[in-house]
Amino acid sequence: MKAYLILEDGTTYVGTAIGECKEVISEIVFQTAMTGYQEVLSDPSYAGQAIVMTYPLIGNYGVSHIDMESRKPWADAFLVRELAREPSSWRRDNTLENFLKEYHIPGIAGLDTRSLTKHLRRNGTMNGCITTKHYEGFEKKDLLERIRAYRVCDVVQRVSVKEPVFYPSGSRNGKKVALIDLGTKRNIIYSLEKRGCTVCIYPADSAANEILAARPDGIMLSNGPGDPAENTGIIREIRKLYESDIPIFAICLGHQLMALATGAKTFKLTYGHRGGNHPVKDLSTGKVYISAQNHGYAVDANTLDPAVAVESFRNVNDGTNEGLHYLGKRIRTVQFHPEARPGPTDTDYLFDEFMEMMEGRHA
Amino acid sequence: MRDPRIKKVLVIGSGPIVIGQAAEFDYAGTQACEALKEDDIEVVLVNSNPATIMTDVSIADHVYIEPLTTGMLTRIIEKERPDSLLPTLGGQAGLNLAMALEEKGILNEYQVRLIGTTADTIRRAEDRLMFKETMEQMGEPIAASEVVHSLEDGLRAAAEIGYPVVLRPAYTLGGSGGGIAYTKDQCREILENGLRLSRVHEVLVEKCIAGWKEIEYEVIRDGTGNVITVCNMENIDPVGVHTGDSIVVAPSQTLSDQEYQMLRTSSLHIISELQITGGCNVQFALHPDRLEYCVIEVNPRVSRSSALASKATGYPIARVAAKIALGYRLDEIRNEVTKETYACFEPMLDYCVVKMPRLPFDKFISAEHSLGTQMKATGEVMAISGSFEGGLMKAIRSLEQHVDSLLSYDYSHLSDDELSDLLDQVDDRRIWIIAEALRRKYSVAGIHKKTQIDKWFLDKIKVLVEMESVLKRRPMTNDVLRRAKRLEFPDAVIARLSGYPEEEIHRMCKQAGITAAFQMVDTCAAEFDARTPYYYSAFGVENEAMPSGSGKKKILILGSGPIRIGQGVEFDYCCVHSTWAFRREGWETIMINNNPETVSTDFDTADRLYFEPLTAEDVRKVVEIEHPDGAVVQFGGQTAIGLTEALKRFGVPILGTAPDDVDAAEDRKRFDEILERTGIPRPAGHTVFTAEEAKQAAKALGYPVLVRPSYVLGGQGMHIAVDEEDIEEYIGEINRYQQDHPILVDKYIRGTEVEIDAICDGDQVLIPGIMEHVERTGIHSGDSISVYPAMSISEAAKQKILKDAEMLAMALHVKGMINIQFIVDGDEVSIIEVNPRSSRTVPYISKVTGIPVVDLATKVICGHSLASMGYQPGLQPVSGYFAVKMPVFSFEKIQGADIALGPEMKSTGECLGVAKEMNEAMGKAFAGAGISLPKSRKMVITVRDRSQEEMVPVAKKFATLGYQIYATAGTCSTFRKHGVLCEEIRKAEAASPNILDLVLEHDLDLIIDIPETGIHASHDGFRIRRLAVETGVYVISAVDTARALSDALSYPVGFQEPVDTGIIQNRSQRSI
Repeated sequence: MKAYLILEDGTTYVGTAIGECKEVISEIVFQTAMTGYQEVLSDPSYAGQAIVMTYPLIGNYGVSHIDMESRKPWADAFLVRELAREPSSWRRDNTLENFLKEYHIPGIAGLDTRSLTKHLRRNGTMNGCITTKHYEGFEKKDLLERIRAYRVCDVVQRVSVKEPVFYPSGSRNGKKVALIDLGTKRNIIYSLEKRGCTVCIYPADSAANEILAARPDGIMLSNGPGDPAENTGIIREIRKLYESDIPIFAICLGHQLMALATGAKTFKLTYGHRGGNHPVKDLSTGKVYISAQNHGYAVDANTLDPAVAVESFRNVNDGTNEGLHYLGKRIRTVQFHPEARPGPTDTDYLFDEFMEMMEGRHA
Repeated sequence: MRDPRIKKVLVIGSGPIVIGQAAEFDYAGTQACEALKEDDIEVVLVNSNPATIMTDVSIADHVYIEPLTTGMLTRIIEKERPDSLLPTLGGQAGLNLAMALEEKGILNEYQVRLIGTTADTIRRAEDRLMFKETMEQMGEPIAASEVVHSLEDGLRAAAEIGYPVVLRPAYTLGGSGGGIAYTKDQCREILENGLRLSRVHEVLVEKCIAGWKEIEYEVIRDGTGNVITVCNMENIDPVGVHTGDSIVVAPSQTLSDQEYQMLRTSSLHIISELQITGGCNVQFALHPDRLEYCVIEVNPRVSRSSALASKATGYPIARVAAKIALGYRLDEIRNEVTKETYACFEPMLDYCVVKMPRLPFDKFISAEHSLGTQMKATGEVMAISGSFEGGLMKAIRSLEQHVDSLLSYDYSHLSDDELSDLLDQVDDRRIWIIAEALRRKYSVAGIHKKTQIDKWFLDKIKVLVEMESVLKRRPMTNDVLRRAKRLEFPDAVIARLSGYPEEEIHRMCKQAGITAAFQMVDTCAAEFDARTPYYYSAFGVENEAMPSGSGKKKILILGSGPIRIGQGVEFDYCCVHSTWAFRREGWETIMINNNPETVSTDFDTADRLYFEPLTAEDVRKVVEIEHPDGAVVQFGGQTAIGLTEALKRFGVPILGTAPDDVDAAEDRKRFDEILERTGIPRPAGHTVFTAEEAKQAAKALGYPVLVRPSYVLGGQGMHIAVDEEDIEEYIGEINRYQQDHPILVDKYIRGTEVEIDAICDGDQVLIPGIMEHVERTGIHSGDSISVYPAMSISEAAKQKILKDAEMLAMALHVKGMINIQFIVDGDEVSIIEVNPRSSRTVPYISKVTGIPVVDLATKVICGHSLASMGYQPGLQPVSGYFAVKMPVFSFEKIQGADIALGPEMKSTGECLGVAKEMNEAMGKAFAGAGISLPKSRKMVITVRDRSQEEMVPVAKKFATLGYQIYATAGTCSTFRKHGVLCEEIRKAEAASPNILDLVLEHDLDLIIDIPETGIHASHDGFRIRRLAVETGVYVISAVDTARALSDALSYPVGFQEPVDTGIIQNRSQRSI
């Protein structure tokens, strides 16, 4: 069946419907990773967005429960050039096509994804509708209005746990980490568990008092979806966490919220950073790491209060902020994803640094 | 930051093209030298291969075309006093040489620093034992192995490691004596043989990981420890087939992110722990059914794979590695493709790249076609597409071996059992056999079980096979056409399957709007705006190849495709120089080529690069987008010439010599008319179409005759026939391929062969020099030792050559290049071949005479006269140096190939010796070809009856040089009659001890074996020659070659002086 992607500027791309047959309006973003489509789909940060894969051959190795980064895929829709008809891997439990159907995610295959990517790069991230219906005339005009009106909102609430969840550690003297679930990927939890931590996952809207009362050794703010500035309530609570002297490590949305909580501003990038090849420079050592990224917003480094935080990482390509050190605090935050999945694991050492902070060995 | 101490850098090239070391090092070396020169580094370049671009004065400041030996390198270092040596650009040959210089203390003595990777790192990666220890220390898994010296040890090791095991004898070539043992009995058998064949009686017993996925990563690290991956690649053929012979795809297709990152992390771990500064290739075996891997190999240098990765991603690895060696950090080096980003990032692809090997079995008909751990391919092609199927189809038709689809080899006549057996074999036809099996509805799972090829790839082949049957259905619909074109089915194949004429298919596509678009290779999957016009074609996507709008006239330059015997790197040299010359003339240059190893496909060689197959249909796509003002075909060898007709049809003017005149030179009848008119003699001959006609012609001419197809290169299918039986056999062989052109039967004349390349501007003819072949007629010119200037021919003959060349060039209205081969017998000169195009000898003659032949020819094509460029017509004065071009062979790598030379070309490459004295130049040329004698001063001579007398003086010379000569009965008695001291040795078929035992004592310098010609050649000789080659003994099969060697050996190696050919090359640069 024919399927259409209609962008808010009226540009239309045609392909073949895959997955669930339903119409959705969403924000269209592109991902340049060549592997890891399942991790991408199940990353809660994509809630409210439809994903275009720039790599043309998708689904080659099927899907596997091993690759789930959360309990379900969150993307609104999945747009590819070619969907593998015969996936091959010893790890596969299912085909990607069936997986999409199972979770009621619509998609389009056979798209000119490169042309679409260039369109988004030039004109910025925009909304679009994925549909099998052919819109014309008045109906199309109406649809375009609905597309333009779409906003990614309240997504953090959607993806976060509703009740605290404990992941007890095997080791008796492991560190106790409070993980604020803004849409966490499983590998953040695993990265802590692997280091012997007991992890308590808190809903995004948990009160700071409640978290502090549990006397964690460290607090972790996870990645997550949407416009950071929208989360005013959470930001207020994070400010309280900042005031405490508990070591904090934050990733992606967590990094942005901490910046907002301490007076800095965020802004929307033209087309975001989504991929596994972004070079980030550690400004204290000059060393460059290749990082996994997935963000549409960034912290505006010009708005930092120099008495509060200094830039610790910067993107080599476009110079945007990739990490902050909070002065006089044991707080480190990064924009990129040290937990990878998908993507390079080069910055996995940051979890070790968090461990050292909790052990009091790191300033 | 750049290290300010580095001012003068020595770069070592990889030497002659051999199997396993092809044009990729010219590409890497050239790119690196350019990067060095950007930083005002004085570059001293050493490479024995004159056909390379890196040995041009425009690339390096000092160019030594000298043998790659420690002795010669020491003398060059002594003379040039470089402060640094960059060892990682010249492949394994260059790296080994750099290490030898370091280990001998020469670098220390002259205070030369190794820049880039250190000697210690190289040792840890290269030395088998140290590598094993290093990997174990790092915790990186490797396949268990043990070196053994006895049968007992070997069996014990095999039992400990666990069967199956791979056995690899040390110091045997071509993988001979090795194999996989599944049982103790097999192990015993292989070990016994392997220990005997090994010069040091050493065999490596290794855990067999055949069948695992073979994955490669290209990684780069700078001096401060920043590391990135450029690309990963997946071999379709699992472990067991050399990666150079595998079909390879980039990026990996069947790896999950977990597997991808596991191997990526491991490669970064390895490059960091080894502290490599520059590029590195890591090869892995990945278990197909669980999360387990082992490291197969680490190459701490640029390689064939890095060249492929560079072309596949647009990331210039050699350039970046050179900058890193100078001290730059990755984040200080700009990405020249995007100009927006830096070298410190990882390329993201949004297309699929397929590489296929170009195997030489069309030249070595008797050779085994099996593929294993010894590489056999002479070159490779790369194709880029939006899908794997498209990439595979494009790669197949790029191979230049008469194939255009999975139907090109017909196995439909086989029984199911036969087909099933073939599936168990690993050879060059494997994918065609798989396609046939899929046509017969064999299951993907069943084929996977037999071949171990991942099911994903097999299913993709199935997609192509399914399309074949869809195309057979009538009537053709636009939808089917659209799908077929997206899978890159060529019009011709669609036409064959559907029954419509090819032009009709083209018309239908056009009408339905199914036209090719071009997409950019931009390193970043469109995330950033890229500036480099490097394109590949695809269907069903948006076209990105917009006209440059430069307002310049546009020239289309056709490349020469994959490196194969008969069409080597020389033609890339010509294409690249022509491109540069056109650019200097103010043209916009457009290159089409499909060879990832070459300079011509570097992203900044031409203004616009189309990485495409060189077929009429593919070229047409580019023509329809670019509308070039003209095309040149005279520099790209036979591949380009073959496209002349098509270009004319597409309305592209052919610049330079008119196609009709090219045809006049190739068409026997028309050419004979020209010869008659000009009064130039040639050996009598006839044009025929059938074996019967050929026999009649031969009878009329008198045997022996030379039989060959017209329109060929490298003497493909050329034979000397001594009787009717020979003719029958040869015509049969020639007709295996579709024969559009007639067959030529010529009288075979013995004499001295000479060759010239000339430039004609329409009025005047310039001949840089005359090259004389050492071997008499009967051996292909590409396999002959060629000497400049001609030594033995008379002044009268030279004048005739000049006159004939002038007349011919005029008669053929040549504009640009012409190559003519003559036979000289006393003062008599006759013509054997005329090619109105660039030839194999152009780079060589350019470098030894200092006349920039391709530049001049290109300028002539653009309308300049020779006089206006400051050149006098006629034969140019000699340069004051002797230059010897020596053919280099790769026989040891092709099991079953006969090494005896004849009219069919067999050499894979060449090297040059340049000196003030003839024997010195000859000695350098032999040394450059890897023949460093004398060693044991023992040799075997076995000569056919009619050549024995002629051999006597040569044998005497060897005796004078202190050689102990063994000779077979007939030869021995002739020698003794003439007072040559020699010992008789029994032939191979006789009882032991015989000649084979002598070879296996591993104490021989060389074997001179002059065999009978024609089909009477003995199989005994063949066996000896093979054994000799596989155990590393030098074999000579022509009397003239033997004489040249004896002359060369009379000049002591220690007196060889390095010559900076930069001085010769600069000498004649005039107003261009």
